[in-house]
Amino acid sequence: MIEVKNISKQFDNKQVLNNISILFEKGKTNLIIGQSGSGKTVLLKSIVGLHEIDSGKIFYDDIVFNELNFKDKKDMRKQIGMLFQGGALFDSSTVEENVMFPLDMFTEMSFEEKRERANECLKRVNIINANQLYPAEISGGMKKRVAIARAIALNPKYLFCDEPNSGLDPKTALVIDSLIKEITIEYNMTTIVNTHDMNSVMEIGDKVIFIADGTIWWEGTKDDIFDSDNSELNNFIFASKLSQKIKDLKNHH
Amino acid sequence: MNLLNHIGRYFILLTRVFSKPEKLKIYYKETIKEIDKLGINSIWIVVIISVFMGAVITIQTAYNTENPIYPKYLIGLTARDTLLLEFSSTIVALILAGKIGSNIASEIGTMRVTEQIDALEIMGVNSASYLILPKIIATVFFSPFLCILSMFIGIFGGWIAGVATGVMTSQDYIYGIQYAFIPYYIVYALIKSAVFSFLITSISAYHGYNSYGGSLEVGQSSTKAVVHSSISILLFNLVLTQLLLS
Ligand SMILES: Nc1ncnc2c1ncn2[C@@H]1O[C@H](COP(=O)(O)OP(=O)(O)OP(=O)(O)O)[C@@H](O)[C@H]1O
Ligand SMILES: [Mg+2]
Repeated sequence: MIEVKNISKQFDNKQVLNNISILFEKGKTNLIIGQSGSGKTVLLKSIVGLHEIDSGKIFYDDIVFNELNFKDKKDMRKQIGMLFQGGALFDSSTVEENVMFPLDMFTEMSFEEKRERANECLKRVNIINANQLYPAEISGGMKKRVAIARAIALNPKYLFCDEPNSGLDPKTALVIDSLIKEITIEYNMTTIVNTHDMNSVMEIGDKVIFIADGTIWWEGTKDDIFDSDNSELNNFIFASKLSQKIKDLKNHH
Repeated sequence: MNLLNHIGRYFILLTRVFSKPEKLKIYYKETIKEIDKLGINSIWIVVIISVFMGAVITIQTAYNTENPIYPKYLIGLTARDTLLLEFSSTIVALILAGKIGSNIASEIGTMRVTEQIDALEIMGVNSASYLILPKIIATVFFSPFLCILSMFIGIFGGWIAGVATGVMTSQDYIYGIQYAFIPYYIVYALIKSAVFSFLITSISAYHGYNSYGGSLEVGQSSTKAVVHSSISILLFNLVLTQLLLS
């Protein structure tokens, strides 16, 4: 469980997050949706401590994360896995070395054990026979999957994904979404996903939080969305003609 | 104000760079890699510029001292002292600032804008120390070798050029490079090159580490890295010369 209470953040007098409070549940995929520039990435990075928040509190279960000292925060991060918007794989390391990196840094495992664990994670995300390739040599979808493998290498309790399927075709996006959901249930993690992909919302939105201009406009489950009369949410979700049609069809039946 | 701000943030970054490493073994491995990438890889450029500059210094000295009251061996002496005092430390450092500085700034800058640095931080790794410390250790420890190499190659280049153009005899030159030799000049040059490589590496890393945006900003950081390291080399050259030679 992760809970943020009244957090605010501004950059150079520009209020990016404005008094946000959310409860992210354990074993569920919690989605943050919103337009480009609405503050999703800043929110995610504030929760993991890459940005210092100006006010408010961030709870990881019963620990107040933002009040920890530098060292405790660092230790806490070993329980956090994060998938970045572009994958953020280390360019100069192979796929296998990328997944082994957190194990190298933080465990006393032997080389063989580390390799075995890395391969386990890679197999979990369906990457086979690519161990010795470099990030530049694999496709965008594969990069995202390798990044997931790296994020789960240390068995994290909390998983953060920033737009896991931006730049992917709908089918590959679906694969990544289902993978995130399956892993969340399998390891009983608290997972937070940033997205503006409506397919993801419909597939994996156990809990959906809609933000605009740094404030929460709506929250609920994926099933509540069709019944919502929040006009901003409707404008955002049902922006395309196709989705509008689907909504009309669904509401008429 | 802007300058003070940069200097302040530079020192804050340095304190993070020099905090206790997570795992010595990994840092050791990274340092070896950096010695190869930043040190060994610079040998050729140092050899090439040293041989040519040694040659040019010798020929220029010869043509400027054609007065018969100047003994010929002074050509060797001048070439030697120019190389030892200024060329092999300062000029080589300025050239390496272009090569190594832009390399470091663009590598770290790319890691910043593609969120690889965030990824390290999220894992609980001190990214400043992990990325920068091995580079600093590698360049500071390797630069004295490059400096010594440059001295030898430069003096050798001078000998070839001098003998080939016939401006002096081989004996004159060899006598000259041994005449009134002050070993302390070498210590002075080695100290300078160690300090200069620290400046190049840390300043370039600072600019890379603070790149925000995209590839455009990485390019800008890389330019700033070269310009600022070169300026600081010139500044410290003055200060160190006053401190060490006066
Ligand atoms: N480091 C920073 N310094 C200053 N302003 C920033 C910084 N990071 C983000 N911002 C600003 O905060 C706002 C929100 O940005 P953010 O990256 O969170 O958007 P987003 O919702 O993730 O968008 P996208 O869907 O395009 O990724 C933007 O207006 C951006 O300019
Ligand atoms: Mg974003």
